[in-house]
Amino acid sequence: MLNLFAHPKRIFFVLFVCFIAFSVWIYAIPLFSPSQYSEKELHLVAEGRLVWQKYNCHTCHQLYGLGGYLGPDLTNVYSKTASNEAYIKGIIKSGVKQMPAFEISDKEMKALLHFLKNVDATGTSNPQDYQPEILGTFSLEKK
Amino acid sequence: MRNIGIWLIRIALLLLLAGLFFGHLASESYRITEPKSGVMGFLSLRPLHVSSAYLGIITAGLGFLTLIIQKKRTSQFGTFLQYIHFTLWIIALTGIFYSYFTGDFGGREYWEFNPVWALPIFISFIVFLIFYIHQIGFKVKWPVYYWMWLTGLVFFIFTFIENYLWIFPYFREHFIADMTIQWKVNGSLVGAINQIIYGVAFYLMEKISGDEKSSYQKLSFAMYFLGMFNLMFNWGHHIYLLPTEKIIHYIAYAVSMTEWILFIRIFYKWNKQIKENKQHYYFFPYRFLMAADYWVIINLGMALLMSIPAINLYTHGTHITVAHAMGTTIGINTMIILAASFYFIKPTFLSKKTLKLNSLFFWSTQLILLTFLISLIGMGIQRALWQVGLKKSTFSQMTQASSLWTLLFIILGTLLMIFMGYFIIYLILKSLKKNQVT
Repeated sequence: MLNLFAHPKRIFFVLFVCFIAFSVWIYAIPLFSPSQYSEKELHLVAEGRLVWQKYNCHTCHQLYGLGGYLGPDLTNVYSKTASNEAYIKGIIKSGVKQMPAFEISDKEMKALLHFLKNVDATGTSNPQDYQPEILGTFSLEKK
Repeated sequence: MRNIGIWLIRIALLLLLAGLFFGHLASESYRITEPKSGVMGFLSLRPLHVSSAYLGIITAGLGFLTLIIQKKRTSQFGTFLQYIHFTLWIIALTGIFYSYFTGDFGGREYWEFNPVWALPIFISFIVFLIFYIHQIGFKVKWPVYYWMWLTGLVFFIFTFIENYLWIFPYFREHFIADMTIQWKVNGSLVGAINQIIYGVAFYLMEKISGDEKSSYQKLSFAMYFLGMFNLMFNWGHHIYLLPTEKIIHYIAYAVSMTEWILFIRIFYKWNKQIKENKQHYYFFPYRFLMAADYWVIINLGMALLMSIPAINLYTHGTHITVAHAMGTTIGINTMIILAASFYFIKPTFLSKKTLKLNSLFFWSTQLILLTFLISLIGMGIQRALWQVGLKKSTFSQMTQASSLWTLLFIILGTLLMIFMGYFIIYLILKSLKKNQVT
């Protein structure tokens, strides 16, 4: 079996092709998942992602546990309070503790809120909502 | 500028020094309670810290490769490619830091600068790949580290293109697919850079031990392909919580578990390892390779546990992940970079006193790094307990409760900057002396 490793060129090529195929499949995933949003809404979500990047929100905050550590995870911040949009706007405009106040335009704010709403609708990042399984995996706990 | 390799290494050392300095400034943000804007704000300091360290490691890898392969073949075309690559790299670095200092963001985590500066990075890597193949050629049988370097370069280029797919609205419109690609990129890019750095470590070990056979052995190739396999498919362990296709999680889980082979192999070779440590201990560059070997054990052990989804559920998004990231970048990558820098710049000390002093700094650095990582794990455990609801408090109260760990993290981070900074400054100064570089 180890003779296989006497031909690194072939193995390199085969693995690289597998990687390309795997990557292309990942790029195409959205094509096979029907979206519940209109084109206009999707456009706003895409713009909101740019606002998130422009103001470096990920430096302090996380989405699904990915990002910075100075502030809380914002995956489900949109549905956290009853008056969610006003609450988020207030925090962004005035700042809190280490977080500075951001001079963000109304257009950008609208796009950012749409983005956060979209993120919130995709699932939950709270570990308490998941159940570990015997094989070392975990699944979403049914409520 | 006749030796571009050494210039790249000098720049890499400067970047690593800047990474330590910005990291120290950024860590202060965990202690203060008022916001800071501009360059001294966390929004700028974190990207400055991360990018300096990340680009420092990449530049060092390219520098060592240049130093090793530039002697293989002398041609005008090769020299031309070297200059083109170096110029593009300098343009990219200048642009990136200009972007950070002027607050011109817009990129993503680890690559926050204005995306326009990604272009010179991308072209410079293409040029470097051509230079690499031009210098090495395919006529002779390649040792395993040549393959590792090729893998690093090819996968960096491919993954770097993926890193900017978000420019197209199609990807940004679908958040889950977009995040999947973003963390596929982050995982694979680190893997690609590791192939370059670990290849340098393999090369150094071959030169130090004088054993050229192991670079052609089938077992060495088997281990290399195992690393490459993980580079391509194990990145999914970053996104177990993300509701993407389940198969991506299962593939990542299964592939990550193949690293137990590497872990078990370390203990299988334990006696040989100890013997080798004793044999080469007084050769100073080897000292850092030895340190990297032991940091591999700690970090691989952590990575294996964190790659089990049921454990990852509780460590994910906490400072335990940061401890792992710092452990690999400082403990493994930077130790290999210091080993190679000493090997090429200052392999031996003339006086026993200098060796003693450097040994003292070496062991102090290792001890500080260990306690620094423990402080991060302490912060991580506090956050993990809060995340699972064992501590009923707000986010702010939770961070307040871990203030002792945070203080320890800031103090040890500062000490790490001083002790590692000593080695870096020492190497930069030595590299500037005439005829010092071998």
